Amino acid sequence: MPAEVKPLTLDHVTKTFRTRGRGRVTAVDDVSFTIEPGAAVALVGASGSGKSTIAGLVTGAQRPTAGTVTYGDTVVDRLRAGGLRRYHHDVQIVFQDPYGALNPLHTVGYTIARPCRNFLGMSARETDQRVRQLLEQVGLTPAAQFAPKLPHQLSGGQRQRVVIARALACNPGLVVADEPVSMLDVSLRAGVLRLLADLRESRGLSLLYITHDLLSARVVTDQILVLHDGRVVESGGTKQVLQHPTDPYTVRLLDAIPNPFAA
Amino acid sequence: MSGPLLSARSVDVVYEPARGLRIWSVRDVDLDLAEGEFVGLVGESGCGKSTLGYALTRMLRPPARLTGGRIEFAGVDIAYLSGEQLRQQRRDGFALVLQSGMNALNPVRCVEHHFGDVLRAHARAGENWSRAKVRQRGADLLDKVKLPSDVLRRYPHELSGGMRQRVAIALALALQPRLIVFDEPTTALDVVVQRAVMETIQELQRANGFTALLISHDLGVVLEATDRVLVMYAGRIVEDQPAGDLLTGAHHPYTEALLRCYADPRADEVTLGGIAGSPPDLSLDEPGCPFTPRCPEAEDVCRQLDPPLEPLGRGAAACHVRARLATKGAAHAG
Repeated sequence: MPAEVKPLTLDHVTKTFRTRGRGRVTAVDDVSFTIEPGAAVALVGASGSGKSTIAGLVTGAQRPTAGTVTYGDTVVDRLRAGGLRRYHHDVQIVFQDPYGALNPLHTVGYTIARPCRNFLGMSARETDQRVRQLLEQVGLTPAAQFAPKLPHQLSGGQRQRVVIARALACNPGLVVADEPVSMLDVSLRAGVLRLLADLRESRGLSLLYITHDLLSARVVTDQILVLHDGRVVESGGTKQVLQHPTDPYTVRLLDAIPNPFAA
Repeated sequence: MSGPLLSARSVDVVYEPARGLRIWSVRDVDLDLAEGEFVGLVGESGCGKSTLGYALTRMLRPPARLTGGRIEFAGVDIAYLSGEQLRQQRRDGFALVLQSGMNALNPVRCVEHHFGDVLRAHARAGENWSRAKVRQRGADLLDKVKLPSDVLRRYPHELSGGMRQRVAIALALALQPRLIVFDEPTTALDVVVQRAVMETIQELQRANGFTALLISHDLGVVLEATDRVLVMYAGRIVEDQPAGDLLTGAHHPYTEALLRCYADPRADEVTLGGIAGSPPDLSLDEPGCPFTPRCPEAEDVCRQLDPPLEPLGRGAAACHVRARLATKGAAHAG
């Protein structure tokens, strides 16, 4: 179980990038929101809306140009090497591309063992047990068979389960999932999403779920933030916003979904 | 013209990536595309849908090999044509639009160069493609895909994903093909851009009347755009139905399972289905229906015999159980 799940707050956060040719680009523009402990929040928008930049700001990989990001009492944007490392004990990320997020030279067991050794200071024996337990939790059973495998021996869905197991290994309080199923076949998405939702519930951790897929947002989250050109244009309960969108951009996103089954 | 524009019979494609390793990627596929028809081909990754698209347009490269079957395009068997004859058939007949516009375009050449390349390579006797003429034709084609003519002077990296995909479509239109195979044309794009590109493809198809085969993993996209849908699993076509019929009810358990992976995010209650397990290893030549391990309705016969694609509903499906239920139903009704 996570030691303590704390609220994450973005307070008037802006991030601009300097680019060659186009001058300054404002990727995130005065965004404020809070993820309460145990909440599942979706951040949706089209490509270029600033979703992944927010993931970078929340995980401390990027620093805001203005505004602050806090997790409990920790001011994330002031963290440096050691502080950032401790912060990653609390906040972990699941990347979009399960092919790029795993070191192809390391076994599944090694990949999941690293955070246990690094963050939890476990002994070799404890780690082995923990790896087995995590593999079972993400549905890679029998664990003994999966631990010695290399990433190329796994399917995309199985790899994404390994990435999730690694993110959960150090008992984080907040998991940021950046498009975790967009590279997977539709037939496998439901399984990974259900896993994410179940693990969140059973561990009581918070989830920031970043996606352009409104259907998956509906399935795993209870609150939603719609992002357009770096600004939050609409927010509220996921079901409420999707059933009664007020911002024209949200309507456009909804209409763009290929959904011949919608009445 | 009578008969289908493209007619494939018993097409087999095998990958031989290493000595002793054979992957049966496409198995015994029959397929007809009528003139002016818009057909979708869906399935999970690795089911052989792109390989089939490549086989039909004769774009397969080793280690993939067409090992059997006939592919008739406008009455000519193109399956084993090569060299100049194949080139001529291509010019007069069919084009392929690749998944990623970036991969299909040369990064060090501007868009205009790509048009010049296609037009000059396939110039007919007496045709002379001067720069001015290429520019004129290029601008016309870009206009068809709703891009301004100044895109001609741009390089691929200067264009967005959606724009690159539109350029790739304009290039495919250059020789006025009768058949265009679209291989995942919108997969790398986000939903809003995907919607716009799909609308352009549908408008072009209606306006120009070419025959289109849309290959996609996204059944939602395919059902919206096409007249008829082919569902592929483990190298076989397992279902072939009019798009409208699939919406109300599929005949193959696999198609049904795929349909359950979609839902309306606006509904009061949303449940998202998935398909447990994974597709079979195509390097193992196992008997029986390939969907058996994931199928909730599998019976003994499914493990022994690979079901043929038989008429079912207004189309066809390859399923022992459903075929038997249908005959029973018909007998009862009779």
